[in-house]
Amino acid sequence: MAELAAPAVAPRARKRASVWLRLLRHRSGAIGLFLTSTFVLLAIVGPWIAPYDPAKPDYLNLTAGVQADHWLGTDAFGRDTLSRVLAGARYSITIGLAATLLGALVGGAWGLWAGFSGGRIDSLSMRLVDVMLAFPGILIAIGLVTLTGPGVGPVIFASAVFGVPVFARLTRASTLAMKERAFVEAAHALGAGGGRIMLRHLLPSVIAPVIVFATLRSGSTLLVASGLSFLGLGVQPPAPEWGGMLSDAQLYLAVQPLMAFAPGVAITLAVLGFNLLGDGLRDVLDPTLRT
Amino acid sequence: MTTYVLKRLAQAVPTLLGVVVLIFFFVRALPGDPARLYVGTDADLATVEAARRQFGLDRSLPEQFVFYLRGLAQANLGQSFRARLPASEVIVRHFRATIVLASIAIALATLLGVLLGVSAALRRGSAVDLGITTTSILGISTPSFFLGILLIYLFAVELRLLPVAGSVSPRGLVLPAATLAAAGMGTIARFARSSLLETLGNDYIRTAYAKGLAPRRVIGKHAIRNALIPVLTIVGLQFGFLLSGTVIVETVFNYHGLGWLLIQSIEARDYPVIQGLLLVFSVQFVLINLLVDVLYAAIDPRISYG
Repeated sequence: MAELAAPAVAPRARKRASVWLRLLRHRSGAIGLFLTSTFVLLAIVGPWIAPYDPAKPDYLNLTAGVQADHWLGTDAFGRDTLSRVLAGARYSITIGLAATLLGALVGGAWGLWAGFSGGRIDSLSMRLVDVMLAFPGILIAIGLVTLTGPGVGPVIFASAVFGVPVFARLTRASTLAMKERAFVEAAHALGAGGGRIMLRHLLPSVIAPVIVFATLRSGSTLLVASGLSFLGLGVQPPAPEWGGMLSDAQLYLAVQPLMAFAPGVAITLAVLGFNLLGDGLRDVLDPTLRT
Repeated sequence: MTTYVLKRLAQAVPTLLGVVVLIFFFVRALPGDPARLYVGTDADLATVEAARRQFGLDRSLPEQFVFYLRGLAQANLGQSFRARLPASEVIVRHFRATIVLASIAIALATLLGVLLGVSAALRRGSAVDLGITTTSILGISTPSFFLGILLIYLFAVELRLLPVAGSVSPRGLVLPAATLAAAGMGTIARFARSSLLETLGNDYIRTAYAKGLAPRRVIGKHAIRNALIPVLTIVGLQFGFLLSGTVIVETVFNYHGLGWLLIQSIEARDYPVIQGLLLVFSVQFVLINLLVDVLYAAIDPRISYG
């Protein structure tokens, strides 16, 4: 087996390199990659490059507009808006990515297992998925976060569960298509166990659409997560989460609209980045997913 | 066809039964005591106990579950804790507001989405195409709570053209409907564009050109009609999402529909109203998806009703 597997590595590595190249040549894919990496970088360094402490009030300088020492003005407590948006990247981006990843992992594993096992496990799983999908969009997340109470962890959990049924259904469909193929039959014939077939043979062949879909889904997960905080159910003030900042800014819209524009533009650009990157990845990796 | 519809309806039954059970236990698992919330923090224990008895919360969980199921079987959602009215009446009162808002939004999203998608596809690669494609993806990427605030700032605060908070007056509906429509419009436009492009690449379109038909006729009679069939699915799915999107949009505009009512009822732990609302939302969603599949099968003769 080892001698047979060895030559397969080289072409795969070459193929992977060309995916990046093709992505960079894809107009919206390149813009998406740029936006996404910028925001991921901000999530890491944001709190460090923020010019002020995002929680420090300045009562002599409330709801200020653009100034030399406050580029995006200040909020109702005199806190520097730029610093809050920069520091907020760590909340909003991390929550969005962690929730998508968790949803993709749990949903993907579930779908793989259900599709591979078939029979009663499969039909029971899909019944449960149907029930979860019977609640439109954000409602499941709203429900879960009211159960767990507010906070970063609960928001990640609620937004992850929002993705689980969709990932489960997607992975199950590709698994069903793949498990009838000759290479799976061959693995069975060679005496491979269920776990080995799932992980070594099925997983690599069903993962491409999951990656593409996870990227596209990151945008909507970010929207749901910040929506929870906007509704006051998610991350609580004074944490500079973008959705929560927008909710605070609503009251001061006539006084200082920058308070709303700054976090709003940040969420929009981040979601746009994920959507464009997802479009690009789909075109490059898996054109059959185009809908 | 009838067998297909009946079969799909039958398939929806276990799903909705699951939904009914899930909703009951979800509401009971919510932290916080509805009786305490109802009588206020100052009330003594006896008053709290009285409220609890009045709401039927002093009974055991299985008893409450049977009571809830028996009520549902008689189309009775129970008494609202907060409003002292049947929960169904509270929901019906807010239902109209949401249906009006969502219907205007889906009409707007479909009309503009198809128009933009078709225009982009017919001028593929031009500046118009780029502009429309950019607008569509921005529509999808902008959070509705930000778009709503942006529109309020522009049209209510700066230009003073429209009222800030949504009322059921036609003028008050403009901003919430536009906000709610944006994401759907973007999705529909993108889908209509790619569907038309795909259709235009078909052999029968080349045949239609080859037999000397005018481009206007080829596109109008042959391409667009076929390209719009799959768009129907997206419109239906968007309508389902739109109904749940009202939760955020109605909060932004303080528009008293079902979404607004849901957030209020969750805060007050008004179990019967939350249960009823979640049931309404999921039944709507399941029925819309079913309707889309049925319509799709009815329009496209290539789909069998197997």
